[in-house]
Amino acid sequence: MSVTPDTKPALKPLKQPNWFSRLAHPGQFLVWSRYLIWPLAIISAVLFAVGLWFSFFNSPDDYQMGDMVRVMYVHVPNAWLSQFVYALMAASALGTLVWRHPLADVANKAAAPLGAVFTALALYTGALWGRPTWGTFWEWDGRMTSTLVLLLIYLGIIALWRAFDDQLKAGRIIAIVTLVGALNIPVIKFSVDWWNTLHQPASVFTASGPRMPMSLLTPLLIMTLAFTALFGLLQVVRMRTEILRRRADSLSRQAALQGGGA
Amino acid sequence: MSAFLAVIGRELRLAVRAGGEALTLVLFFVMVGVIVPFAIGPDRPQLMRLSTGIVWIAAFLSMLLGLDRLFRADDEDGSLLLFTTSALPLEAIVAAKLIAHWLVTALPLLLATPILALLLSMTMEQWTKTLLALLCGTPALTGFGAIGAAVTVGLRRGGLIAPVLILPLAIPVMIFGVGSADPLAGNGATLFLIALSLVVAVFAPFAAALALRSASE
Repeated sequence: MSVTPDTKPALKPLKQPNWFSRLAHPGQFLVWSRYLIWPLAIISAVLFAVGLWFSFFNSPDDYQMGDMVRVMYVHVPNAWLSQFVYALMAASALGTLVWRHPLADVANKAAAPLGAVFTALALYTGALWGRPTWGTFWEWDGRMTSTLVLLLIYLGIIALWRAFDDQLKAGRIIAIVTLVGALNIPVIKFSVDWWNTLHQPASVFTASGPRMPMSLLTPLLIMTLAFTALFGLLQVVRMRTEILRRRADSLSRQAALQGGGA
Repeated sequence: MSAFLAVIGRELRLAVRAGGEALTLVLFFVMVGVIVPFAIGPDRPQLMRLSTGIVWIAAFLSMLLGLDRLFRADDEDGSLLLFTTSALPLEAIVAAKLIAHWLVTALPLLLATPILALLLSMTMEQWTKTLLALLCGTPALTGFGAIGAAVTVGLRRGGLIAPVLILPLAIPVMIFGVGSADPLAGNGATLFLIALSLVVAVFAPFAAALALRSASE
């Protein structure tokens, strides 16, 4: 009996990875994320157009603050994003440490400067809002202080990303820092509130926030959605850039190796 | 346990025999306190009012200065690699190193506080309260510092980045530390400070060991 080549046991077909693992593949990400950019850009542009129209022309003046209330429509979305982005970074840190998800540390690296900018904008617009309404750019209020500390944490993480040469090693280590920061942020918030009540019992904020009429809430919600869509767009673009940059790095390294070996 | 104690003993011997870093740190601690009156003036009541805060700032800065040595020397001479493969878990070794580091960097500062208390014209009560607060709060500082040192151990320029990372995280230590000397604050601040130190002392060895492993893989 002659053995024909056909009877050799065929290679078992690789098990198709599930959709979550396929999502993790940076090459796959480059393919499908391309179709996110334009829709996200259009969505955020439309939301900004509608939101700005609402906030400038179709919302009433506040009976106390007058026109200044309109600062809220850029201030609150930035403040919301300053915390949302950190939550996203903490989630991606878990992804890095637990699943070694290759996109997770890319997401963390891409999000850190965005979060820092949104936090800085929240502080900046807050200062612009505070000057005419409370008469001061800065007050060591509990909420402002913890936002400032959050900005410092963002800047520390960015500095750490820049200090590492090996970005893959950096991903795991920075994930640890991000998680330590995430666990610590509630403690910081609590301690700053405690410190603030100790030192200045009279605060400009009331414990119960002002109840907001629908006419103010609509532009606020639209602007929040607009800023969040903008963040999504920038995040996707930055992640793509980071993946391409890493790919270019490894290609140039390969080229250098081949050049040296020849 | 004997291995644990051996690591502590090794660290202490190294600190005593090589370099005299602990003394330099104390010197720095006192110098920060000496420099402040030049900046804000020799007005004794004012110095007394600010003294607790000044001592805490001096302690913060000295501990940040000292933390770069925590893992770097071991990384350079290869003992860190030995630690990662030893029978004792790396977490336990890090914990032992933290205890030794606290003994070498924090305890001398506590012993040096009377000098600052005199220079800044603290009252007896202020000094005892500050000493107690430092005793309760410095373990948390050492723990945070260990995380910072472990995260930056692979970096050549790590010396500057670790303090920048650690300072915002350590703000609660500063708040409760200064607060526990505040007559308005009562006992709460000291208890929070102790809680913070205990929690950080539990978590820091694990976080630092994880970072050290990631750095060496």
